[in-house]
Amino acid sequence: MQNLGIDVIFQGKNFQRLFEGLLVTAEIAFISIIIGSILGIIIGLSRTTKSKAILFINRIYLEAFRIIPTLVWLFIFYFGVTTALNINLSGEIVSIIVFSLWGAAEMGDIVRGALQSLPKHQIESGKALGLNYFQLYWYVLIPQAIRRMIPGTINLATRMIKTTSLVVLIGVIDVVKIGQQIIETSRFEFPTASFGVYGFIFFLYFIICYPLSQISKNLENKWNK
Amino acid sequence: MSIDWNFIVTSLPLYEKAAWLTLKLAFAGILLSLVIGLLCSIILYFKVKVIDIVVQAYIELSRNTPLLVQIFFLYFGLPKLGLKMSEGTCAIIGLAFLGGSYMAEAFRSGLEAVGKSQIESGISIGLSRIQLVRYVIIPQAFSVSMPSLSANCIFLLKETSILGAISIIDVTNLTKDLIGMYYRTFESLAMLVVVYLIMILPLSFILSWLERKVRYAEFGN
Repeated sequence: MQNLGIDVIFQGKNFQRLFEGLLVTAEIAFISIIIGSILGIIIGLSRTTKSKAILFINRIYLEAFRIIPTLVWLFIFYFGVTTALNINLSGEIVSIIVFSLWGAAEMGDIVRGALQSLPKHQIESGKALGLNYFQLYWYVLIPQAIRRMIPGTINLATRMIKTTSLVVLIGVIDVVKIGQQIIETSRFEFPTASFGVYGFIFFLYFIICYPLSQISKNLENKWNK
Repeated sequence: MSIDWNFIVTSLPLYEKAAWLTLKLAFAGILLSLVIGLLCSIILYFKVKVIDIVVQAYIELSRNTPLLVQIFFLYFGLPKLGLKMSEGTCAIIGLAFLGGSYMAEAFRSGLEAVGKSQIESGISIGLSRIQLVRYVIIPQAFSVSMPSLSANCIFLLKETSILGAISIIDVTNLTKDLIGMYYRTFESLAMLVVVYLIMILPLSFILSWLERKVRYAEFGN
């Protein structure tokens, strides 16, 4: 059996470098999930109004992110917005902006779904007790909705972590880029490095996303009963 | 900012060509992933020993890793083991590898939604095994899985946008090239968005029409 190029990962500082690349990916994902969740909750709450204009704007916003691929949004911000406004944005900033906006759109849908799935008598009982709108949402609806939101939110988080692999295409030095650099520099000593390195990155994404998706699946099964 | 219409007209044929390539790859990927998904879901549904563990492992591996990494592994990693494939083949296999697991989950949720009483009633009125599958299980399972199946089709079509990473000239990669060569950023990006709208909106309408057809039991027409 010939060398599979797995040992290149443990040569010199390669392992450490891949890990640093993973941190860049994780940082972009983490910041975007936080910003996306906060914006998403606001959007989700706004989608329970009866105002047609607000609903229409929200609909367009969500559909725009659902129809146009994320990579295209990255290009629009990386090439288009920077040219139009004559500003310079680094790949990281662009990624955080795009992933936050996308996360907010999807999160808004999750929040709306959770709020609307609550039985109507919860709202009516709250009103009958004389709660005002803030109290109704804060004490009655939101605590119940959060439980229904959690599986979907974890699912969205794994999707965002997986999608952060695209940032390499707009020049961010993430784990995939560092993998490519390692393959390039060890081309002569380890000709089979691309198998080992890409296999390793594949495995890295798997060990991050698998536990999350299991948690979300278990919660869904538990709470659906 | 003035719009360079001349540029749009001259690059239109390029976009047309790239769009057809995108659609062809997506179509092949969707078709293959439907086949893989159906096979996997049947194996899981009937709990075929040993193979169902392999299928389960495949589903988890494919759902929890990004397509970009899968495709890099297929295109750059596998040739080191002596398995060399062209970009197009890699793209289709990558899409099918990713899509297969999503389709399998969609089919499986449909199969599981068919109540036990339905199957038992079928048996008790004397349907044969084939009749049971043909008239009882498939129509009900399909109507439940249809929304997720159509969402997966659109998802796979959108995922083709990353195929440029293995030097396939799809619409996204073409746009990146055009921006690099002519610096007509605004026009190129606008055309890219329009091309995606032209590809995805009709598909989405066709799929929701199909959904109404398949789910006549719920919609009642």
